[in-house]
Amino acid sequence: MTLRRVVVTGLGIVSPLGVGHETVWANILASKSGAQRVTDFQVDDLPCQIACRIPMGDTSEGKFNPDDWMEAKEQRKVDPFIVYAMAAATQALRDSGYEARTLEQQERAGVLIGSGIGGIGGIYDASIVLNEKGPRRISPFFIPGRLINLASGYVSIEHGLKGPNHSVVTACSTGAHAIGDAARLIALDDADVMVAGGAESPVNRLSLAGFAACRALSTGFNDAPEKGSRPYDKDRDGFVMGEGAGVVILEEYEHAKARGAHIYGEVIGYGLSGDAHHITAPAEDGNGGFRSMSAAIKRAGIAPAEIDYINAHGTSTPLGDEIELGAVTRLLGDAASNAVMSSTKSAVGHLLGAAGAVEAIFSLLAMRDNTAPPTINLDNPSVETAINLAPHKPVAKEINVALSNSFGFGGTNASLIFRKVK
Amino acid sequence: MSDIADRVRKIVVEHLNVEAEKVTEKASFMDDLGADSLDQVELVMAFEEEFGVEIPDDAAESIQTFGDAVAFLSKATE
Repeated sequence: MTLRRVVVTGLGIVSPLGVGHETVWANILASKSGAQRVTDFQVDDLPCQIACRIPMGDTSEGKFNPDDWMEAKEQRKVDPFIVYAMAAATQALRDSGYEARTLEQQERAGVLIGSGIGGIGGIYDASIVLNEKGPRRISPFFIPGRLINLASGYVSIEHGLKGPNHSVVTACSTGAHAIGDAARLIALDDADVMVAGGAESPVNRLSLAGFAACRALSTGFNDAPEKGSRPYDKDRDGFVMGEGAGVVILEEYEHAKARGAHIYGEVIGYGLSGDAHHITAPAEDGNGGFRSMSAAIKRAGIAPAEIDYINAHGTSTPLGDEIELGAVTRLLGDAASNAVMSSTKSAVGHLLGAAGAVEAIFSLLAMRDNTAPPTINLDNPSVETAINLAPHKPVAKEINVALSNSFGFGGTNASLIFRKVK
Repeated sequence: MSDIADRVRKIVVEHLNVEAEKVTEKASFMDDLGADSLDQVELVMAFEEEFGVEIPDDAAESIQTFGDAVAFLSKATE
């Protein structure tokens, strides 16, 4: 069976550096950080008291006003990750100019949006209600408003998309798996258009306590939040949590061309692997990431040296960053000195299940503008490397092929490769 | 009576996001005010919370309109 070509024709993003891909990208290239001290719930007894937060305000100013994306009555029923997904999906559809008008079009357009931990905040709140007031006080919207696949459900209802309706839950690889799997649905002719990505609203007391217990979060920068996320730096001490959503419109190439859509790039490679090693720690030799990148390269039919830019998983944890760097160095071989690899988590934090999707968007914009985004806060790399990690400032460079890595708890790895369509 | 009606109307307006003028005596939550079956369950829960009463499921099923709710709650809180 011949695989159909899949391209990206629309971008949508809600992030700690703003709403809308142009706003967010400008802030990324300006080396800004979305990190701040958490002030809306108690953190003084938590080891990590910082997170990257979505700026609330007018949509026209690149900030987040949930009322512009979902009816107030509906917002009340769901966890914020669903509202973020709605906002990102609507932006992406508008950006693509695509609208499923006929029944036939609707049946050929689907949704695949995932989340890592979904409605954990709402589960926390409802469990308190159950404990204090009993089962009769649990809302009928408790379950549908917390389920991870309800992001896909709400988006399909809003936009009348009757094709494949699916979701992904693979921790911090979710966004990348969602885009890769959705691209395959198009490649295999199950749909012509897919609205794909990830959404996450993890910044709450329970999640901070849980991730801190895993020793995954930064704890040494509570008084300097903007310095907390510092991938590859010798002083890094864990990730800084972020919130938001990234959604792309994937479309069959001829379908996109026929309607004259703007094409950001083609999804030429997607690779998956499992570490089979440990529930939270990556395998020391980086073989899981190495194999997911290798699988994506094989699918793309390119040589590793053709990769111009890598958007790293690079979460700013002591263990993970160097392991990924080692795997990439091994993959690139002699080409390492030509490559630029950066972690945009330094700026927006770690959006968990949304990370792979927003980073796919950054990879596509890096190709568009021939500019690799910076790794901010990278003052002193912890290891020597031939790879340019784009410390502090963006790097101007012709970027025709970009690879984006995402690795998750459970030892789940996904790599996506995009190429310019000329 | 009017106090109860005002409190019920406030809940209906908030939960169903409708204009207060539309919440009339005969207005059906599902047919006229856009509620679905889950909204209806939540409305009854909100009435229970506001008025400190318990509304059994069979009684809840009989509360279809704003007038039904006001009548039931007036009686229950006598």
